[in-house]
Amino acid sequence: MTAVDTPTTSNVGTTKLRKEDAHLVTGRTQWTDNIQLTGMLHVAVVRSPMAHARVTKVDVSAALEQPGVVAAFSGADLADQWAGGLPCAWPVTEDMQSPTHLPIATDEVRHVGDAVAVVVADSRYGAADATEFIDVEYEPLTAVVDMEAALADGSPLTDTQLDTNRSFTWQKIDGDVDAAFGSAAHVVERRFINQRLIPTAIEPRAVVCAPPREHREYTMWSATQVPHILRLMLALTCGVPEHELRVIAPDVGGGFGSKLNVYAEEAICLVLAKRLGKPIKWTESRSEGYQATIHGRDQIQDVALAFNEDHTLRGMKVELHADMGAYLQLVTPGVPLLGAFMFNAIYKMDALSFTCHGVLTNKTPTDAYRGAGRPEATYAIERLMDEAANELGVEPFELRERNWIKHEEFPYTTVAGIEYDSGNYEAATAKAKELFDYDGLRAEQQRRREQGDKVQLGIGISTFTEMCGLAPSRVLGSLSYGAGGWEHASVRMLPSGKVEVITGTSPHGQGHVTSWSQIAADALGIPFEDIEVRHGDTAVAHKGMDTYGSRSLVVGGYAVQVACDKVVAKAKRVAAHLLEAAEDDLEFDAGTFQVKGSPDANTSMQDVALAIFAAHDYPEDMEPSLDSDATVDPENFSYPHGTHLCATEVDTETGAVTIRSYVAVDDVGTVINPQIVEGQVHGGLAQGIAQALYEEAVYDAEGQLKTGSLLDYFVPAAPDLPHFTTDRTETPATTNPLGVKGVGEAGTIASTPAVINAVVDALRPMGVNDVLMPASPQNVWNAIQAAAPADGGAA
Amino acid sequence: MTRVEMTVDGEPCEHEVEPRLLLVHYLRDVLEKTGTNIGCDTSNCGACTVHLDGRSVKSCTVLAVQADGSQVDTVEGLAGPSSDGDETDGWHPLQKAFHTEHGLQCGYCTPGMIMAAKDLLEENPDPDETEVREGLEGNLCRCTGYVNIVKAVRTAAAELREGASS
Ligand code: FES
Ligand code: FES
Repeated sequence: MTAVDTPTTSNVGTTKLRKEDAHLVTGRTQWTDNIQLTGMLHVAVVRSPMAHARVTKVDVSAALEQPGVVAAFSGADLADQWAGGLPCAWPVTEDMQSPTHLPIATDEVRHVGDAVAVVVADSRYGAADATEFIDVEYEPLTAVVDMEAALADGSPLTDTQLDTNRSFTWQKIDGDVDAAFGSAAHVVERRFINQRLIPTAIEPRAVVCAPPREHREYTMWSATQVPHILRLMLALTCGVPEHELRVIAPDVGGGFGSKLNVYAEEAICLVLAKRLGKPIKWTESRSEGYQATIHGRDQIQDVALAFNEDHTLRGMKVELHADMGAYLQLVTPGVPLLGAFMFNAIYKMDALSFTCHGVLTNKTPTDAYRGAGRPEATYAIERLMDEAANELGVEPFELRERNWIKHEEFPYTTVAGIEYDSGNYEAATAKAKELFDYDGLRAEQQRRREQGDKVQLGIGISTFTEMCGLAPSRVLGSLSYGAGGWEHASVRMLPSGKVEVITGTSPHGQGHVTSWSQIAADALGIPFEDIEVRHGDTAVAHKGMDTYGSRSLVVGGYAVQVACDKVVAKAKRVAAHLLEAAEDDLEFDAGTFQVKGSPDANTSMQDVALAIFAAHDYPEDMEPSLDSDATVDPENFSYPHGTHLCATEVDTETGAVTIRSYVAVDDVGTVINPQIVEGQVHGGLAQGIAQALYEEAVYDAEGQLKTGSLLDYFVPAAPDLPHFTTDRTETPATTNPLGVKGVGEAGTIASTPAVINAVVDALRPMGVNDVLMPASPQNVWNAIQAAAPADGGAA
Repeated sequence: MTRVEMTVDGEPCEHEVEPRLLLVHYLRDVLEKTGTNIGCDTSNCGACTVHLDGRSVKSCTVLAVQADGSQVDTVEGLAGPSSDGDETDGWHPLQKAFHTEHGLQCGYCTPGMIMAAKDLLEENPDPDETEVREGLEGNLCRCTGYVNIVKAVRTAAAELREGASS
């Protein structure tokens, strides 16, 4: 970092209303599907209705006769267009098995929704109509649906080209696990299921691709989180040179990981634009997206904890079956592996063994969904700590506190070998307990238990941390990830004193424009309003690693800070030259360079920007520009943490669960914009609670998706969720100059176990020790029945 | 093809359309009024909510021909003229409150949310938290967790009541 004077921080830490909102609340938006171009054609995709089949015939001729149809292609027709299959950037083992994933299948389909043909027509409706006229014949093959059965000897295969359904087995062992378990006084073991989820960003995916006109380049607009990654990967997949492809992520309506990918339809639109010489548009319908856009989670978790007599945690064993689905998408196999560093969570232990079997099935591929690997790990450890507390007969907080890393022990290298830079679990917990009225609720719970109330009160705890801010390129490399984790920013000082900040992050609801403006405003001493932030267009933000993994602020915001620091350092030299002073005699505060002790000898950042634009008089040994770039690659991840408490009312007769109160105290380090941070926590909580109570993607034994639309897949609406009480503690990160930690995924990661722990806690007196997610009335009722003594009680 | 005539955000319009054309596609693709969004194909998400003769409807469940002769209002027609400088001046209290209370993140659900909330407040000018939540039951937001949407609607309600009484 360039050393500069500490600037006044009047923007960072305060709520600034979002610059992003004006066009969003007035409807002047630019979603991908809004784009209309002259001569634009619409593409519709014909998809497999079967989970696994050989494609024996694709005849597009009748479709070509339909009004408005311009072209139609089978997979075979376009097979020579692909330079390779759709990419998986995370080959986690050398012998990882990865089914070839052509954008349009040629001879075998591997999940319901796999593309088999495309129709191009002059209208949206015309293209959709014509799909009915494409004649496809299938020879059904056995669908592989159950992960454990898939690994059994003699199982039918997901992909007839492979000889196994095991994509990989990945292992990481830290410490002497046998010693920890062999000498343990208590072992607590469980199997947990992290069900399959569908991310459901409210904006469906959409792609528009225009062929070269005045420039030689193709322009693609896509509802994506990752324009930069997409550009590179499409260049590799479709044989279009990278420099002849521009990718724009215009307004993007949420992603949550589902738009962190390189999808068949993006490749198809590019290839069709190339082939037909016309702009091509594709917009998914929601039901289509439920088959064609990635799903999330889907793990079977066998976990065990070993404790000493005094309840000190010794070690943990984790064995996962992780459902990859039919193909390995961009980071599919890496998602569960992030758990290898997270199952130990905030706890000290001597040994941790982690084994993950990545299993192929004939279902929609899974990939990163908000939290990606860390919600799964957090769920298992936080559920297991509650189960352990119950079995050991101690208060769940007491067991946690006995084993968590104390605030004075930071920085702390965990059993998994990563260093948590800072944290204060005691402080977050104390605050959460107070806001929640923990003792009062425990007393009420006791009373209601004694009275045998029909509706029981449950209290759920989640003391979580997570590893985010996906950055350290060297660490990502050591995990075989196919790219780095750096981020880029440029700051352009305009002659009028205004500023453009260009960021490599690609926001889709997170408010980067506002937060980055706040960082730059303080660093440069330029008014917040005079700063524009540009992003999401590879022609404007030429370098970037995009937005996922709660990385944008901790890596991208850091880059903005460093680029601004470089601008200030350059401006200081110019100011010294103009004021005829030594650089060391200048101080910089709130946008003004002033000669120490001579208040009248000063100049502003804006004046310096104008002077360097005119370039009539500037130091000889520098270029006439203040503009600066920064590419930062933090040396560590970011470790936000917090304590979440949930109180549920559980009807022991119907299984109905209501959340009575939810308190989240998060520590995300220094906060740039409190309102935006709170909003991120709220949204995360909603998704984590939705996993606990409502959502599940269900496949039948034939591999048919039973929850194929929003009619059957329960995304909670406002009445389904409670009010959230949120607060913070602030333990700055020591790994970036802003002191910030990631916040995008924290709420999701923390909340699922808090809710399920509360449901189980309510039913504990009835002998219930687990409830399957989602804790629907049916699943809760089943758990109650299963726990009821055989000779009575069952309704 | 069938001829339809309607007033959209105060502007008269007239087109020959396919009888099966959805109102939302008429707005977005024919009129290029893309302020109204589509988030599903099962009338669950409410992203497409507009007002048809003053009442909120999901415009993906209405055919353009069914709206023939009607008045359609979308989020794009909601703001009044602004005094110079600050465009937020002319915003409807709901637009202002969604902004000040951070009732939107990606903003994709927002046009529908605001139009549904407008209808709700016309029915019930002073809803409590539960009434707001229930009133917006047909609109999904995946980003905000709804807490700030509820706040925004109640803030706007207070401003509208004040405006009505002064
Ligand atoms: S698009 Fe109309 S309800 Fe979803
Ligand atoms: S703000 Fe993104 S869906 Fe509501």
